[in-house]
Amino acid sequence: MSAVLLVRTLRDPASVGVLDADGWNRLLAAARAERLIGTLAYRLEGVALPDAVRPILGDARRDSGREAQQALWEADRAAQALRGLDVKLVLLKGAAYVAADLRAGQGRFIGDLDILVPRDAMPAVEAALIVAGWEWVKEDPYDDAYYRQWMHELPPMIHVDRDRMIDVHHTILPLTARQTPDATAMIADAVHIIDGLYILSVEDRIVHSVAHMLADGDMQGGLRNLWDIYCLLPDADPAALAARATRHGVAAHVRQARRLAGAVYGAGARLTLWDRLVRARLLARDGWGRESRKLLVFAFFVRSHWLRMPPLMLARHLLTKWRKGHRPQ
Amino acid sequence: MKHAITLRIGPATFRIGSAWRQPIADLARLYAAYPDMGGAIADFTVRLQPTSLARRWVRPSIFITGDHGLADAAPMSLAHGLLAAEMGMNLQMALGWRRHLLLHASSVEKDGRVLVMTGESGSGKSTLAALLGERGWRFMGDEFALLDMDSGAILPFPRLVSLKNRAIEVVTQAVGDARMGPLLAATAKGDIRHMVPRTDAVARMGDGGMPALLLFPRFGHDAAVRPLGQGEIFMRLTQASTNYVALGEAAFTALTRFVAHVPARAIDFPTGDDAIAMVDRLWEELA
Repeated sequence: MSAVLLVRTLRDPASVGVLDADGWNRLLAAARAERLIGTLAYRLEGVALPDAVRPILGDARRDSGREAQQALWEADRAAQALRGLDVKLVLLKGAAYVAADLRAGQGRFIGDLDILVPRDAMPAVEAALIVAGWEWVKEDPYDDAYYRQWMHELPPMIHVDRDRMIDVHHTILPLTARQTPDATAMIADAVHIIDGLYILSVEDRIVHSVAHMLADGDMQGGLRNLWDIYCLLPDADPAALAARATRHGVAAHVRQARRLAGAVYGAGARLTLWDRLVRARLLARDGWGRESRKLLVFAFFVRSHWLRMPPLMLARHLLTKWRKGHRPQ
Repeated sequence: MKHAITLRIGPATFRIGSAWRQPIADLARLYAAYPDMGGAIADFTVRLQPTSLARRWVRPSIFITGDHGLADAAPMSLAHGLLAAEMGMNLQMALGWRRHLLLHASSVEKDGRVLVMTGESGSGKSTLAALLGERGWRFMGDEFALLDMDSGAILPFPRLVSLKNRAIEVVTQAVGDARMGPLLAATAKGDIRHMVPRTDAVARMGDGGMPALLLFPRFGHDAAVRPLGQGEIFMRLTQASTNYVALGEAAFTALTRFVAHVPARAIDFPTGDDAIAMVDRLWEELA
């Protein structure tokens, strides 16, 4: 498993000293597939590297620098669009880490702009974004209705000129999920960083990242999520974090994330059987960048749907998507 | 993966893996004169994998991907495996290369100076570069011209030349069967056959040159030469570049310098011979 090689390198950058060309090829392919190549490039700064590797990591650093710049610009444009509304605009994930200059943001891949706004402000936010040039992507009325009725975010929108996507969240988990985090408290305690932009508090940042990774989704990109969590954890007081996690209903998830981060990127941790299964899923990546352990990966895909909605609703959703020609990868 | 080869083309090294033997065997034969890169650290990984478990054996179907890929890439028949491998390498360059400004263009060199030809698929830029490469020019590439953003030089990317439909016969007559790959009939772009560049093109694939003339060829029209304004040239080159946006200000500066210093013409031509005569004349006048 080349994902093992990747996490070993992130944990102990000097360990690349023993790699031969095949080892480097496997490491780079796994890092690209997990979208951790920029993070890897930062971790390997100052380490002696083969001549062929240096320009590859230089390119990765340059790409992540550009993504950070673009993310900040998109955040600025969103703040501009919402300026008249008296709405607290909270940046989430990559853009937040970069805006606050957190370690989790170093070299991080950033795709869409994710923002959190109060639920009752959603119609005004949506209207203001449309005026400022963002447009709907999902043409399908079922998908659109599904998002609006059950999800924790608006259907994704793309800016007409800049071709960049924005995800507008009003909470951090789908409304159909079993846990119901207190989004109002998250927004109330958000930290002001600059010019109309906020980020979540130290504890809520971790809660959000953990909820996204362990209480939602199929763990695609999980190694990167776990790296975020590993980088965010030292900023939080453990007792305050535990209390906050309990309030949001994800205390067990945060404890599990702490164990996994310690086991995968840190000094080690005692893992439960379930932790070991999650770790096996996270490390399912071979030396050509392909997903391996297909059955386990599929099981987590099924689980992600199970987490998101009750069985009957899930059955109806899957039937509708099947009829529309959607098949799991 | 089960079958693999590592190739170097110009400044880029590719590790290509395939679930099937044939595409790798084709590459090994056609790239035999290129440097042996076995055991090297590659810039990019390319994968030719089955579109699903069954499609490895039953009516084999290739999904082209790698470090960089497109989720909605059209599947390809195993009979077109060589083309799939070439497309896989192009995909990595188009989406992932950052060390030069990439122009979707062919290029040839004479006396250390470079002629760059850009246009859409079917414009004749590949055929023209292949033919000029047999007539005293050094072939540098038929797909990507690499613009060095510091020096302003054009660097070669001399992969196999991809010839389509009518161009196949014209070029095969000029270079002989020995340098041609298998005929790939009825691909999405029609019939395709690859040509191996001359040995000097491969031996000198690390040597660049300063651009001296830019042409926008268009095959299948009456002979005509048109000047273009610098604004139009600039816009057409940004559209012909896959990494212009990703490279930011450095690309803008380099491209501005290129447009300001390199004379440019649009040329229409009815046949390859007409085109070569026009190129020779414009090179005399402008370069």
